[in-house]
Amino acid sequence: MKLLKLVPDDTNIKFLKLRVPFYVISAILMVASWVMVFTMGLNYGVDFSGGQEVRVTFVGQEEAPVEELREQIGGMGLGEPVIQRFGDANSVSIRVGLPEEVEDTPGAATEIGNRVIASIQANHDNVRRDANETVSGKVAGEFRSTALYALMLAIAGISLYIWVRFEWQFGVGALFALAHDVSLTMGMLALFQMEFNLQIVAALLALIGYSLNDTIVVYDRIRENLKKYRKMDMPALLDLSVNETLSRTVMTSLSLLIALVPLLLFGPASLFGMTACITLGIFVGTYSSVYMAAPILIWLGVTTNSFVQVETAVELQEKKARGEA
Amino acid sequence: MLDFPRWKKVSLWLIAAIAMLASLPSLLSFTTVHWPDNLYKPMVNLGLDLAGGSHILLEADQTQVAAQRLENMEEGVRQAFGNAEPEIGYTEVSTASGRLSITLENPAQVDAAREAVLPLMNGAGLVSEWRLQVLDTNRLVLTPTQSGLETAIASAMDSATDVVRRRIDALGTREPTIIRQGENRIVVQVPGLQDPQALKDLLGQTAQLEFKLVDDSPDAAALVQQGIAPGGSQLVPGAVGGDYAGTVLAVRRLGGVRGDSLTSAEATRDPQTNEAAVSITFDSQGAERFARLTRENVGKQFAIILDDEVISAPVIREPILGGTSQISGGFTVQQSTQLAIALGSGALPVELTVVEERTVGPDLGAESIRTGVIAMTIGTLLVIGLMIITYGRFGVYATLALVINVLMILGIMAMIGSTLTLPGIAGFVLTIGAAVDANVLIYERIREERKRGRRVVAAVEAGYREASRAIYDANMTNFIAGVLLFMFGSGPVKGFAVVLIIGLFTSVFTGVTLTRLWVAEWLRKSRPTDLRI
Repeated sequence: MKLLKLVPDDTNIKFLKLRVPFYVISAILMVASWVMVFTMGLNYGVDFSGGQEVRVTFVGQEEAPVEELREQIGGMGLGEPVIQRFGDANSVSIRVGLPEEVEDTPGAATEIGNRVIASIQANHDNVRRDANETVSGKVAGEFRSTALYALMLAIAGISLYIWVRFEWQFGVGALFALAHDVSLTMGMLALFQMEFNLQIVAALLALIGYSLNDTIVVYDRIRENLKKYRKMDMPALLDLSVNETLSRTVMTSLSLLIALVPLLLFGPASLFGMTACITLGIFVGTYSSVYMAAPILIWLGVTTNSFVQVETAVELQEKKARGEA
Repeated sequence: MLDFPRWKKVSLWLIAAIAMLASLPSLLSFTTVHWPDNLYKPMVNLGLDLAGGSHILLEADQTQVAAQRLENMEEGVRQAFGNAEPEIGYTEVSTASGRLSITLENPAQVDAAREAVLPLMNGAGLVSEWRLQVLDTNRLVLTPTQSGLETAIASAMDSATDVVRRRIDALGTREPTIIRQGENRIVVQVPGLQDPQALKDLLGQTAQLEFKLVDDSPDAAALVQQGIAPGGSQLVPGAVGGDYAGTVLAVRRLGGVRGDSLTSAEATRDPQTNEAAVSITFDSQGAERFARLTRENVGKQFAIILDDEVISAPVIREPILGGTSQISGGFTVQQSTQLAIALGSGALPVELTVVEERTVGPDLGAESIRTGVIAMTIGTLLVIGLMIITYGRFGVYATLALVINVLMILGIMAMIGSTLTLPGIAGFVLTIGAAVDANVLIYERIREERKRGRRVVAAVEAGYREASRAIYDANMTNFIAGVLLFMFGSGPVKGFAVVLIIGLFTSVFTGVTLTRLWVAEWLRKSRPTDLRI
């Protein structure tokens, strides 16, 4: 049997030739993403907005009475509830926000939660309560700030690491690639109005780690080729590096995707948002490592001579370690 | 690079075997096979989002601790001045802006007053808990110090945690986890609880029981009518739904008895009215104080106050000397049971509010495990398929490494006693997808080296050597993200981080080290001249 080769040998796609249009596209997408985040807003879940989310199943019923619930809970004076199907057709998640005036009252969310649940149970005797989440305004505020810190720290920490391991230009490149990935993923979260909760932040953090894998592999190859082909001009060298690592990029992204897609299709409903976010992010991350991270090095003034000294120092050490020096 | 001394081979296999074995008890728990209890039995705990249960975060109001402390100080000072020889007279006492300020009748008594106050200022610890100032020659001002306040809050939280634990134990729930968090919070996790309402009600009840005399001064009733508290008294509303609902009583602020010192509380019925009631028993000190209160005030009315609401206000017919009493006031049976638990486990020194609650029913949890495992299995099979059709024999090695990897993660989680959560399942899937990255990097490099014309062994060596740098760096960035995830995450997200972080280490171990061992073994045995990769 012949083994599969997803990327044929000697593939040589001129990625760098199109770097300007792709940069323009990326820039537009990034700006568009943030415009969407700020105009459409993120669909904050209870983790970040405070309030109450309850998941119920109407046992023995074909379909959950969504409209009826909307009217019933909407009429409680707690604002418009968010009611979504959750898993099976007779299961729904009902989310009620925290009115602004009680945002600072610690027990308010619990009280609202109790009222909502009591109201549902009073009108339907076949309701099974599957899950319930209540978050007070203060705790939600803390989640918001820690989430933001964690995301920024992760981006900064990883860029710093790349800077230390490679050179500052690579660190900046990584920073751009990460900012790009996070921006586009956030834009999609806003566009599709996916619930933005703690799980999504976890997904973004994991994404930051994984999307950079591709970037590192490409950078590692660029560093290697910079030493090997001292006379090659930069665009050609970058193209060569991206092409040489292309089959690996494709394979790894593919294996991540085929592992994640079943989770998306058959996995627990509570994991859908998180899995979808990671899956989207893998596409974005693969794109950015090819079209953002590598070409940016040209603009940052990396040439075949930039690293000679630094590289030899590192190289010498490595050679010594291998006993070749 | 491809040489493995015997000791190295043995220890690598040993590490893998131990970690894999440790996953067995957890895996067997899904089958009917029973792991013997007398053997070492590491288990992966299931998070509440998988096992079902309630996570409740309670927050204490710190200002309440400060206020309570100030009130205690006021009572102490009044008593000390009254007991002094000669008695120290004062004209005005104020507790405004968090300080206790006392204006003396006679400035000449300042030194005596200071002497009387000093013993009250020192707590058990070494920190000075109060600061004493004399202003305008006749005014004593006591200000709580920051460290004193912190000590008080910490000790209030400690005893609140104990009270919470006793109450939950009294409910008979199994394996609750109760942990203090930060300055003023307590995390309560109770597995297998479908409806935490009873638990929340119980924890939300401070159960501060007080017996205070009703103000019987002639103009009290008129003042209460106008909503004004008579001097030295406070207004307390009747408990909603109780016998005194809708009324307001003026009660003497000081000189009452607190219910902190109960030895037991039991739900009973009033023998005369057959009404639900709670019978309480004081400890010796409390009994003495209660006896004194009732002995000195026979014929007067006193109020039984629970959490700042009047439950009942009977007239004291005779001194109650035995240290037992009965509280009734229109309770339902359920209320009296709950009150008995709350009183018996002691009053909360500070009011606790539920600021976060997450409850998952056991059905949803079980469903999540089932669908999660199905999705994970399909994903694993797809990845295995892809690896084998792409890399042939080497793909089989990667597959083997992947299976060992998953078992090792589970085993290590069991050994360190960590918790598998719902996002943790996503972590497993993500790790499965990403773990083969190391193999892909190595194999692609071997392909390249072969294409450049290197001989088999040299190509394999170069593949492992050249790829390891990128593998190392890539894992480090994941590690940075993982650690932040762990630090920032709450329970379920932490579970995700744990799987990812352990997975990073096991992926390198299985994907790089173990496959290298197998490849080396194969190269040595069959000495191939060409590679199908």
